[in-house]
Amino acid sequence: MADTTAMAMQGPSGPKPKRAISARNIVLYGFLIVAALYWLLPLYVMIVTSLKGLPEVRMGNIFSPPMELTFEPWVKAWDSACTGLYCEGLKVGFWNSVQILIPSTIISIVIASVNGYALSFWRFKGSEIFFTILLFGAFIPYQVMLYPLVIILRELHLFSSLSGVVLIHTIFGMPILTLLFRNYFAGVPDELFKAARVDGAGFWRIFFQIMLPMSLPIFVVAIILQVTGIWNDFLFGIIYAGTTNFPMTVQLNNIVNSTQGVKEYNVNMAATLLTGALPLIVYFVSGKLFVRGIAAGAVKG
Amino acid sequence: MSSVTISDLSLSFGPVKVLKDLNLEVNEGEFVVLLGPSGCGKSTLLNCIAGLLDVSAGQIFIDGKNVTWDEPKDRGIGMVFQSYALYPQMSVEKNLSFGLRVAGLPKHEVHERVSRAAEILQIQSLLKRKPAALSGGQRQRVAIGRALVRDVNVFLFDEPLSNLDAKLRTDLRVELKRLHQRLGNTMIYVTHDQIEALTLADRIAIMKDGLIQQLDTPHGVYNNPTNRFVAGFIGSPGMNFLNGTLENGLENGSNNEKDQWNFATPDLRIPLNGYAFKQAPVAGQPVEIGIRPENIVLGEAVASAAVQLTVDTEIVEPMGADTVLWTNIAGNNLTIRTDSESDVKPGDKLSVGINPSRASLFAQNGDRL
Repeated sequence: MADTTAMAMQGPSGPKPKRAISARNIVLYGFLIVAALYWLLPLYVMIVTSLKGLPEVRMGNIFSPPMELTFEPWVKAWDSACTGLYCEGLKVGFWNSVQILIPSTIISIVIASVNGYALSFWRFKGSEIFFTILLFGAFIPYQVMLYPLVIILRELHLFSSLSGVVLIHTIFGMPILTLLFRNYFAGVPDELFKAARVDGAGFWRIFFQIMLPMSLPIFVVAIILQVTGIWNDFLFGIIYAGTTNFPMTVQLNNIVNSTQGVKEYNVNMAATLLTGALPLIVYFVSGKLFVRGIAAGAVKG
Repeated sequence: MSSVTISDLSLSFGPVKVLKDLNLEVNEGEFVVLLGPSGCGKSTLLNCIAGLLDVSAGQIFIDGKNVTWDEPKDRGIGMVFQSYALYPQMSVEKNLSFGLRVAGLPKHEVHERVSRAAEILQIQSLLKRKPAALSGGQRQRVAIGRALVRDVNVFLFDEPLSNLDAKLRTDLRVELKRLHQRLGNTMIYVTHDQIEALTLADRIAIMKDGLIQQLDTPHGVYNNPTNRFVAGFIGSPGMNFLNGTLENGLENGSNNEKDQWNFATPDLRIPLNGYAFKQAPVAGQPVEIGIRPENIVLGEAVASAAVQLTVDTEIVEPMGADTVLWTNIAGNNLTIRTDSESDVKPGDKLSVGINPSRASLFAQNGDRL
């Protein structure tokens, strides 16, 4: 008996101590830091370059911070950089992008949420097949559909218009958004839906009063997906919007890839940063929510 | 007058027949429990009564009205679910009044009904809280309240206590019984817990494979099981079953009376004095005898029992209120329930007594003899 008492006093007790610096930690953190630097370096170069004057850029020290800080390139990129024939800067494209973004995001999410809700609670004959076809749509390469869509839009008299692009974005957002909402609603207990039906609520009342208030997270995820996706779109913008309605991404390309005159690297960098600002802000602000929502939507179902 | 009538109800999911020409009549103010193993169709039946599932064939009447094609809200039912199914973003008050607001009732009436239900269930102090801020027992009370405010004649319960811990389950069970006595509504209650079924029910419907096996009082179901399945399903520890044949005492010569029958195995003979046969027995017929563990007596009572046997004790399980003995007789297992004061030890040879009048005999097809 005395032996065990003595042993208990000597042996380990309480939480096991953790060493802060171990070979494993050094390797782990070392790798993470290097990786972070690697991915951040281009951003650093862009920001630094966009704040330099042209003479300083020509000196070629791309990593050195600006000796004379100037915001001239940012102003020029926004207000007066030349995109082909016009020299009005990115602001035209920005407003075009906003006009495409807002209706496309709202319309696609409204439709997809109702789709997902109907597909998980109001199963109808053939609803599974409908869903499969919708999902299949997500895997057809865009290239196949580009030209048929040109013709469809032409027949609808929507080609070369903002509404045309909005329509395209709404359609292409549908498969993934419907999947997202369907899987989210599949995780809502069936009994909640049954209880609401016993209480006498119908299709829309259950959707608006029961389901909507409890699905805020998935709406945020859908908004993030759509906002970044539509803002970053280049292909649909250049094909369907028409020259006067080019979104920001297309105008950025026109500024950066113009073959006439001097290459204004600082203006190009500023223009690129301006175009990328919105998705960047969205990711920073909503990072945690985004990951949570994706996980919630993707695992179940 | 019958409150709920189900006639020839069938339901199929594709090729699978979940309910098969089921008939059930529930009287006004009766508490009927649907009991059965998982997959027997008891919850499906309840969902059909509620109108949450469309039936494949048959009819459902509630309060004399054919509701087979009616929407759930028009059937005059209230339903309580296992997972409570409270609307998470609404306060308790809003949860209770949701159905009434949907129906467009005037405000003062909604308020009146909600406060009456809250008073009956003792949840007045919780009205402003959200479901997330309630305990399991409180949530289930709110769920019951949601059925209560609907002012209907028929309540449907789908395993309402299964998500609660054992202690709370017992408390709420008593409360439910009290509620039923106070309100006098018809209640149909689905559970897989036989204690709940036996304690709550006026009548129990035991279901298997989409059919009602027996519809009887708790006493009838427990003591006169109509077939082998019901006998084995009800009771814990389960009924003891021995395989053997029937022999006529007169032919055999061991008894002198003409109507004397024995249950016999190669090593064992149990005279069936006082057993009430439902069907005419046939000599030589293979049968199964079922004896409840508590109908086997020990000690002084053995002398007065109709049949005396000797068994070998293998395992002793003290359960608190009583003790279960796992014993062996002629190669067959026999469980015996005795009081907790018994001092039987594993390995003991015990003399036990059986009264055949309380046993059950089953023919080969499972029906009671």
